[in-house]
Amino acid sequence: MSSAVSLQQASHTGHDVDHGHEHHQSFISKYIFSQDHKTIAKQFLITGIIWAIIGGLFSVLFRLQLGFPDTTFPFLEDLLGHWAKGGKISPEFYYALVTMHGTILVFFVLTAGLSGTFANFLIPLQIGARDMASPLLNMLSYWFFFLASVIMMSSLFTQTGPASGGWTIYPPLSALGDASMGSKIGMDLWLMAMAMFIISSLLGGLNYITTILNMRTKGMSMTRLPLTIWALFFTAVLGVLSFPVLFSGVILLLFDRHLGTSFFLSDIVVAGKILPNEGGSAILFQHLFWFLGHPEVYIIILPTMGIASEVMSINARKPIFGYMAMVASLFAICILAFLVWAHHMFVTGMNPFVGSVFVLLTLLIAVPSAIKVFNWLTTLWRGNIRFTPGMLFSIGFVSMFISGGLTGIFLGNSALDIHLHDTYFNIAHFHIVMGVAGMFGMFAGIYHWFPKMFGRYLNNTLAYIHFWVTMVGAYFIFWPMYYEGLAGMPRRYYDYANWESFKMFGGLNEFISVVAIIVFATQLLFVVNFFYSIWKGRKVTTLNPWNANTLEWTTPIKPGHGNWVGEIPEVHRWPYDYSKDGQDFIPQDVPVGENETRH
Amino acid sequence: MNTVMMENRKNRIHPHKFTLWVGIGSILMMFAGLTSAFIVKRNQANWLSFDIPVAFWYSTVVIIASSFTLLSALKAFKERQMKKYKGLLLVTLILGVLFVTIQTLGFLKLWQQGITLQANVAYSFLYVIVGIHAVHVVGGIVALVIMLAKSFSTKIRTYNLVPVELLNTYWHFVDILWLYLLLFLIMIK
Repeated sequence: MSSAVSLQQASHTGHDVDHGHEHHQSFISKYIFSQDHKTIAKQFLITGIIWAIIGGLFSVLFRLQLGFPDTTFPFLEDLLGHWAKGGKISPEFYYALVTMHGTILVFFVLTAGLSGTFANFLIPLQIGARDMASPLLNMLSYWFFFLASVIMMSSLFTQTGPASGGWTIYPPLSALGDASMGSKIGMDLWLMAMAMFIISSLLGGLNYITTILNMRTKGMSMTRLPLTIWALFFTAVLGVLSFPVLFSGVILLLFDRHLGTSFFLSDIVVAGKILPNEGGSAILFQHLFWFLGHPEVYIIILPTMGIASEVMSINARKPIFGYMAMVASLFAICILAFLVWAHHMFVTGMNPFVGSVFVLLTLLIAVPSAIKVFNWLTTLWRGNIRFTPGMLFSIGFVSMFISGGLTGIFLGNSALDIHLHDTYFNIAHFHIVMGVAGMFGMFAGIYHWFPKMFGRYLNNTLAYIHFWVTMVGAYFIFWPMYYEGLAGMPRRYYDYANWESFKMFGGLNEFISVVAIIVFATQLLFVVNFFYSIWKGRKVTTLNPWNANTLEWTTPIKPGHGNWVGEIPEVHRWPYDYSKDGQDFIPQDVPVGENETRH
Repeated sequence: MNTVMMENRKNRIHPHKFTLWVGIGSILMMFAGLTSAFIVKRNQANWLSFDIPVAFWYSTVVIIASSFTLLSALKAFKERQMKKYKGLLLVTLILGVLFVTIQTLGFLKLWQQGITLQANVAYSFLYVIVGIHAVHVVGGIVALVIMLAKSFSTKIRTYNLVPVELLNTYWHFVDILWLYLLLFLIMIK
């Protein structure tokens, strides 16, 4: 008997279960240890939102120091205790704040919060599957993330504070316990949390890949997949292949910290004392870190590219322009993502020839990126645009991706990078192209799929205020940083006013800080809208509120575990038949008519 | 747990098998990271080379043998010779434990020769790479114990081939991974 037989047996028992029917489940099995992909997606989203508030609050705190270096804020001492004696944030805590802001936003919000939410929510719904390939692994993926969150959160409450050597945790700061306050227990907790985080992300990624390749409904060929699914697929591939390398870096770092090895340490003198470590190399860690670290930025941006493509096509009432080019460019970005990591290390003394190879490969990324931008703009061109909040955030995403991406071409040149490296130019670049664009894509997804997630709408007025303040505010915050960076103002300086040449930026920094506080407050408005609308928002009354083609809108308004009542629909066409043959939209499960033109 | 999504499937590869293959790719990336770090570091000053302990050769024979016993166990399972299946599973388990024991003895021998974890970066790499591989073998041993316990359970009466095949794939993977690492450590000198 082969495995096919046991599969049949399994599938037979599967039919015995009525999927559309809500089973009697306890609160714990329904909302906490749930194996339903939709619940797990919501768990990721809400955990991500909590992290985003914390990470955002940290940026407000360090912006207070940067914007008002000479002012004291007594409330800070009430809030932070000995970290802000006399109402002024201490240098140690300032570094902890920037480190944790980066860690939280990059990993906990824009990786787990983004992929965890939309891969879990959309993959089964859009490919026509009842659930993930392994719901158990999927549940474990969330709970490893939760464990990582608890450990990382606990590091905030240690006496010596959380990790403070930057989110890239370069040794020796991260390898030597005596190097700084944040190198002590905070660093250990950081490493343990990240180990849990990597396990979570791998379990999730394995599931996403298997589900997309194996569980598609009848007729759902790969070329009929919505671009969201393609994007999430490539994201998962990137994660599965790059996170293990960071894992090996984390293990070696733990050995260096606790077992006396010298993988990343050599010839170090601390407070006049020569350490016995010999033969290691801090640069080796940078290679291991950035081999993950660079794909990581695509792990953030690819899902939002997929979301923006989908939302823009639906709300422009037009097919996405150049579907295959969109898929091919995602693939190209996925490959190039693994070949450019050393562009983060131009100033580590690498051979200029090696550097020039990495420059070339880095600039090549502009090609698929430009293809995508061109296709987004041509999708909008002469479209019948509906400016829903999701659509606005998608367009905002494209704006951010263009303006942030263009400055990447400056930074990708090793000669220019010698000047721009570690300045505010770099801060502005990656915040706009990865941070803000990533958040915009995530907001677009939340506004668009909220009705499917919770059966209610978000408040539109609040959504428009949220969009416009964030859009204008983001440019007001980060655009001036380009000028500061070109003038040489370095990142990660606790008190730039100590340098005569940077004093002239006092007013500009104050302005940035004020806008940052306003933008942060606006995000709280979104959080209020989000939680209020879950229970009190306007109810969804139609199956397909956006008149979209993809399969998730063929499920009941609030689908149960198993998604579809009865049979899973069969797919007959690609998902972008908008404004075709005189029809506004033709869903994917509608058979192709006799006289219908092919797309 | 996994019955929900078996509809609409034709003769595609079983999702759990596919997941395992992707997972193997992921584990390989970790070892690729470690071994390439090893290659880069090798060219630096004060790098000391070392000889593979004889124990590692014995362990190689043991793990290859265990792959064959597990393969026979799979065959026995397919032929419904449950007694033979249980016996072969038990032999594989013993061989697996033996492998880890011999690896440990090999390390003890190295330690006595002064090739300790902290003495030189080259040695540190040896311990970490071989150690992480051993952890993966221990993972396989845990799976073997679970399968063995299941095979003796009187409650389960269905013949589900998938877990047996999954275990086979994983076990052969850690076997082949060890052969690669052994070759790597010999060739790199």
